[in-house]
Amino acid sequence: MRLHLDKPWIPLDEANVARIPGQLGVYQLADEGGQVQYIGFAGGRSLFGLRSELRARTGAAHSFRYEVNMQYQTRYRELLMLHRGAHGELPLLNQAEPPLRLGRLG
Amino acid sequence: MDLALSDEQRLITETVRKFVRDEIVPLEADLDPDASELDPADHDRLAAKVKVMGFYGLDIPPEYGGPDIDIVTRTLMAIEMSQHRAGLYTPCYGVFGGAGLAQLFEANDDQKERYLYPTLRGEKHGFFGLTEPSGGSDPARAIQTTAVKDGDDWVINGAKIFISGADRADYGIVFARTDASRGRAGITCFIVDTDAPGFHVRRIVHTLRSTSYATELQFEDLRVPAGNVLGEVNGGFAIANDRLSRQRIPYSAACISVAVKAQEMSIAYAKQRETFGDVLASRQAIQWMIVDNEIDIRTSRWLTLAAADKANRNEPFRTEAAMAKLVSTEAGGRVVDRAMQIHGGYGMTKDLPLERWYREIRIRRIGEGPSEVQRIIMARDLIGGSFH
Repeated sequence: MRLHLDKPWIPLDEANVARIPGQLGVYQLADEGGQVQYIGFAGGRSLFGLRSELRARTGAAHSFRYEVNMQYQTRYRELLMLHRGAHGELPLLNQAEPPLRLGRLG
Repeated sequence: MDLALSDEQRLITETVRKFVRDEIVPLEADLDPDASELDPADHDRLAAKVKVMGFYGLDIPPEYGGPDIDIVTRTLMAIEMSQHRAGLYTPCYGVFGGAGLAQLFEANDDQKERYLYPTLRGEKHGFFGLTEPSGGSDPARAIQTTAVKDGDDWVINGAKIFISGADRADYGIVFARTDASRGRAGITCFIVDTDAPGFHVRRIVHTLRSTSYATELQFEDLRVPAGNVLGEVNGGFAIANDRLSRQRIPYSAACISVAVKAQEMSIAYAKQRETFGDVLASRQAIQWMIVDNEIDIRTSRWLTLAAADKANRNEPFRTEAAMAKLVSTEAGGRVVDRAMQIHGGYGMTKDLPLERWYREIRIRRIGEGPSEVQRIIMARDLIGGSFH
């Protein structure tokens, strides 16, 4: 498993979301410039996994990428820590959510 | 020998059971199935309730403000506290508080001021750094991290792996080799600050326990003042060993706790699920699984309480703790596995806590010393000598 989620961005629209699996995993949303705006996960309470999580976010960002991963909780935290380590802060949309107790890498 | 619970023990265990049932389990209905933390507001609210109950900081010695509950009763409480989805590794999501790193109760006064008391106040967090990439089951030989005296400091170089919480810790207890010629008598325990130059969290290690991760650490010329040696120079192995023996009792209790809950679920399901015109409970195949579960649970329970009883009386309990750890982790795994079989397809889903327990309890046969090492410990005590 790669440390960074560096797959190509996919336009966040209904047609693309309909093609992704209903599995557990993590995802990122980006603006038009490819800057990560949000990091999220599809967990055991997601009715249709990544597909339903990303469908709910349609319109909130320009593009997305995802990773099917059963270890979605720890991978989610890892991606947040990597982002904060590289940019000094969490992605914009994550900053509006209740704070998480994150560690530091490096 | 009186095997009955005292009135006080019965009252305490019933109180904890009610707390888990009424306060913890309902919250889990809205949490992610792999969640390991409560909403902070819920955590603080429940921790306040536990303080009112007089149970907060169970493992803190009474002279440091702990509730002065004996080890047997604490073990009985632990058997209740993990009877929920996250319970195996996060009993009641930590609202009963913790003692931090027990080794710090043996620290000197200066170290207590800088590390123990802030930890007990919840202002600092620590980690325990023993296992290395070269191995964890035989720390006396596997530790390759070195500490070399340089003026008033020690300079540490090396790596640790499978370390929980190091990325969020303010300090850690790290074991390093200070005399290469003396085996287990050449290991020293250091308190290291995680903001010191040369301390690196290299990566997250993802495991079956997907709710929480371990880390890999690297030390590059990490300077530690001589005042941060915990205990005696070259006396670190005893510190590590004592911790491992003591930890095996609550470790065993948590496995029993999950097994008890899995058995309770299995019996309830078997009595209402119908196949071929009758309930599962009427089938001998199911009955035998439930009986085998009960034998595993009771065996684990009595071995663990026997270890707790000896520890409580300050008698040697290494063999008893190793036996409890070996049996309860293996038996717990069998119970959860049978419970999944009884529940059929539902047992595989995240709708029920069984699949999480199945993943997590597998780790328990490795963590805190694998089953094979427990057998080595017992063989040493029974036969005598040290094996190579």
